[in-house]
Amino acid sequence: MSIIRNFRMNFAVWMRRIFMKKRAKIGIYGPPNAGKTTLANRIIRDWSGEELGSASEIPHETRRAMRKDGVTISGVNGSSIELDIVDTPGMATKIDFKEFMAYGMDEIEAKKRAKEATEGVIEAVKWLDDLDGILLVMDATEDPYTQVNVTVVGNMEARKLPLLIISNKIDLPNSSPSRIKAAFPQHPTVSISALKGSNIDNLYEAIAKHFG
Amino acid sequence: MSSAEKIRLILNKVKNGRIVVLETGLTPEEEIRLIEMTMTEIRVDEFSGIEIESYPARKKGTFIDKIRGKTNTGNSMTVVGPANQLRTVEKDEYQITTRVSVGDGD
Repeated sequence: MSIIRNFRMNFAVWMRRIFMKKRAKIGIYGPPNAGKTTLANRIIRDWSGEELGSASEIPHETRRAMRKDGVTISGVNGSSIELDIVDTPGMATKIDFKEFMAYGMDEIEAKKRAKEATEGVIEAVKWLDDLDGILLVMDATEDPYTQVNVTVVGNMEARKLPLLIISNKIDLPNSSPSRIKAAFPQHPTVSISALKGSNIDNLYEAIAKHFG
Repeated sequence: MSSAEKIRLILNKVKNGRIVVLETGLTPEEEIRLIEMTMTEIRVDEFSGIEIESYPARKKGTFIDKIRGKTNTGNSMTVVGPANQLRTVEKDEYQITTRVSVGDGD
């Protein structure tokens, strides 16, 4: 039975590539505070004038997946893709409410946030079953070889879905995009600052090319 | 043992304070399900989650594995422990260095 299921999945991927599907549902994934919502807001603002959610220095600001449909992104060479963008909660393997209290939250507020954050991770995992590709956002000032990143990359490879790695926060002095590239050389990587908009045009070019 | 049973067993041991070393590792699907199940079981002041580290498999699978679509044969080794007791200090191509503490540790 698994042989038939795998054949169907591979056939669907092959057909999609042949007919160059022009609309795709793309998830923005990554660990907390990598800049996912900042990136989602920049993409949606640049191409539709709106914003999607609020960003914060406190981890797990996004605790429910947020979706914006019908965002058309064009590259300079004429390629374009219409995206349904899903900004997902930050993926983590552990959530401790005491970490939120370090940002000035009281205990009740911190516990509530922690509970919502766990529900957010569960929702992010469930979304993996319903996407055509992923933008995996990594903080270029942090070690990229974390288990969350490895797990998401492994899942995308197992599902044979396109993955574009975003090396974010290159505006910061201690950023090292080359470290991310070296950690995951098998996937295309674009280095940007979602906050400042640095190199964002190259990202749009890569999105139009990679998912179109 | 099915994947669901394996994940359940791992999580039960970790919640009981054990550090689990899987010589053959977990597949990416099993890892993501472990994360998902971990999130459902996090309880304030009881269980804050897991620390997990793995090394990817070196082999890409046999010819029969490729026909069956099982080219991603998972990880070669996976270490899972309670987040309040196990902290990865360093990880490189050949070894994982961790700090293990008794009870709640930073």
